[in-house]
Amino acid sequence: MTRALLGAVLLVLALAAPSAASAQAPRASLPDIEDEVMCLECGTALNVSTSAVADQERDFIAELIAQGKTKAQVKAALVSEYGPRVLAEPQDAGFELTAWLVPVLAGLGALVLVALTARRWRRVRPAATAAGGPRMDPDDERRLDAELAAFDR
Amino acid sequence: MRARVYWPVTIAAALLVGLLAYGLTTTGADTTLDAATAKGERVEPPTRASLPVLGGKGTGSLADYEGKVVLVNVWASWCEPCRDELPLIEQAHKRMSRRGGTVLGIDVKENSGAALDAVEEYGLSFPNLRDPDGSFVRAWGQTGYPENYVIDRQGRVAAVRRFPVTQKWLDDTLPSLLDEPA
Repeated sequence: MTRALLGAVLLVLALAAPSAASAQAPRASLPDIEDEVMCLECGTALNVSTSAVADQERDFIAELIAQGKTKAQVKAALVSEYGPRVLAEPQDAGFELTAWLVPVLAGLGALVLVALTARRWRRVRPAATAAGGPRMDPDDERRLDAELAAFDR
Repeated sequence: MRARVYWPVTIAAALLVGLLAYGLTTTGADTTLDAATAKGERVEPPTRASLPVLGGKGTGSLADYEGKVVLVNVWASWCEPCRDELPLIEQAHKRMSRRGGTVLGIDVKENSGAALDAVEEYGLSFPNLRDPDGSFVRAWGQTGYPENYVIDRQGRVAAVRRFPVTQKWLDDTLPSLLDEPA
């Protein structure tokens, strides 16, 4: 009985192993890769390119997928055949470095601006409170006193 | 406060405009070669960078053909006018190779499998290098496909053709260069 149970457990594990492996490296698909790859001639992402170059790149990707290559392997093969520019993400060197730096610097600039503005508001508000707000017109002040006195009566 | 904000904002805006201007000016095609060859001048190639050999190992460059007249043919199998031109280019190579010249193909922006299929289909016998991302031909001021550049025996650019060649253009351009001493 124990031996049969052990056998059944081993069988289940053996059957589950390939699906676990495939879960680690999901099967690549053309639509999933297309938006991360550039059409080298058109300068647009492959999923929106209709030129002959784009068609050839798509054929190349489809061929690799048919061979059972993973997404990472397909992208590595693309870089090996077409160079790093084939990937849609900008490179981290040269002029393309600005594509990474400008958003970060703009974000930091915005944070500094918000911090400075908040500091300014905090400084202005207590000052206004300490002074008791804007001074009242003397005529209005007299009228207000008269009204309050009439109210008290 | 307003004066303190004015300068950083102005500088940031100026930097962004400068960045945009730099990006726009560096993407345009270089017309130096066209201007020089149109005046009959011969100029040094914009680059002699090594490129991977199509269908082989290692790299090759223009420097490998010193002393020869070289017709540099920029092509790709996905480009219909390039395919139309290939038989003429192959014929030119056969003629040139008898007189100390060669065609050097630069296959641009395609995978080697597709390019090698075209080599076989058209029976190309001239050597080919690969320019996978087009950076080599960009340095030559490339504007389209196909393009042809003729290099004289001293390694200088003698002629540029920014669109498909004709037999007449080949006949007008190549024989005189092939007659020149090394």
